[in-house]
Amino acid sequence: MEMVNKGDVAWMLTSTLLVLMMVMPGLALFYGGMVRAKNVLSVLMQVMTTFALAVVLWAIYGYSLAFTEGNPYFGSFAKLFLSGVTLESLADTFSEGVKLPEMAFIAFQGTFAGITAALIVGGFAERMRFSAVLVFTAIWLTFAYLPIAHMVWGPGGWLLGDGALDFAGGTVVHINAGIAGLVGAYLVGKRIGYGREALTPHSLPLTMVGASLLWVGWFGFNAGSALEANSTAALAFLNTLFATAAAILLWLADEALLKGKPSMLGGASGAVAGLVAITPAAGTVGPMGALVIGATAGVVGLWGVNQLKRWLGVDDALDVFGVHGVCGIVGALLTGVFTAPSLGGTGSADFSIASQLVIQAKGVIVTLVWSGVVSFVAYKIAAALTGGLRVAEEEEREGLDIVAHGESGYRF
Amino acid sequence: MKMVSAIIKPFKLDEVREALNEAGITGLTVTEVKGFGRQKGHTELYRGAEYVVDFLPKVRVDVAVMDEQLDQVVDAIVQAARTGKVGDGKIFVMPLEQVVRIRTGETDASAL
Repeated sequence: MEMVNKGDVAWMLTSTLLVLMMVMPGLALFYGGMVRAKNVLSVLMQVMTTFALAVVLWAIYGYSLAFTEGNPYFGSFAKLFLSGVTLESLADTFSEGVKLPEMAFIAFQGTFAGITAALIVGGFAERMRFSAVLVFTAIWLTFAYLPIAHMVWGPGGWLLGDGALDFAGGTVVHINAGIAGLVGAYLVGKRIGYGREALTPHSLPLTMVGASLLWVGWFGFNAGSALEANSTAALAFLNTLFATAAAILLWLADEALLKGKPSMLGGASGAVAGLVAITPAAGTVGPMGALVIGATAGVVGLWGVNQLKRWLGVDDALDVFGVHGVCGIVGALLTGVFTAPSLGGTGSADFSIASQLVIQAKGVIVTLVWSGVVSFVAYKIAAALTGGLRVAEEEEREGLDIVAHGESGYRF
Repeated sequence: MKMVSAIIKPFKLDEVREALNEAGITGLTVTEVKGFGRQKGHTELYRGAEYVVDFLPKVRVDVAVMDEQLDQVVDAIVQAARTGKVGDGKIFVMPLEQVVRIRTGETDASAL
């Protein structure tokens, strides 16, 4: 008998709201505070509109291509324009016989598509043409996000069938967005003055507010991915609390050790690093595993935005790859370790860390390659259609707020 | 007449203003400026990017004086603004051609 539980529905609708809040205004402010004042509106705009665009495309064909049966890489157009979805339509949960109204599931997953698209803008912030951002987003969503979501979470998905563990989207969201942001940063080029001038955050208080909203909202992102208001949700909730706290402390401690002072930007970044890393693990690792995953993310994330960033030689302006990409990879791999029952996870008795790690690594590599290649092509197409990825030099100097949006963020 | 332009440490503004008041100065203009001399700046760190910030915040006090008041005014500023540490600032004295009180049209001595 198929049952829809009011508690489950209430929790899923709430979780969806929390994920929306992660973007508006969480991510918007987190990113916004990190850029120079003359570009703050452009970042807020890019986050908001890429989210909105992704959600609309999700409504039209995105949900269908991600979550219907098709082949291992793509769903079908069976639910184009959400055809056939009614008030009576149901979606599966992880429990036999327990269902959700399909509309609740569509909404929840739609915010995931949206936030992934919005995350990417951090890579090319402060110099990309607005129209190019939108064209890129539409293409990338269709050919990178949807198939990867299908492969990891959709019926008949390739990586799901292989046993890849990605509870709330470490690969689908964070590694995916991370590599797309890195490719974009590489193709659009370094900001004028990078390495010489001070391209400093104009409002770290805003960044901290954004990071705080991200942490709170992430409980919807992770615990909502349990699809029920049950103990798995509670586990994911607890893990999201523990991992983030550990990541903040470790990032700050590491920073104090290596750089002399723990910084506010470091603390905010540490929080996000921990959140990203626990995302794929939230529903299958134990709370102690969460502490370790968070702590690891804090240290590795700091490395990602320092040494790795210098080594890559790319101006990933807001560290989309350094934090989301790197910590997404850390989280995806450690999920394969800490899901083991011997380490407190929910894995079955015959769980093999070694073989799970191989499956996790495969998921990471597939995501990096697929999204990387699609991103590259999508940026090239966007450039061709809009007259070039990058704004003119004098426009970049003046600031995107005036040039692209005719507005100033602040008047003193 | 002279224009006395003093670059001082921001926290010294109140003391300087009082000292000028005692010296009989009733009007002055204050601007927030940035600058450096021998005082070094500091390093700021944003994730992987380290920046040396050379410019230090200072305050500029501009006062127009009659020639007879000049020495007293300069001394007053020096006494009030000095801490003895690097970065105390400088005073620039420039010749002043004309002063006009906008409301009444009075000039020079009557405008000060």
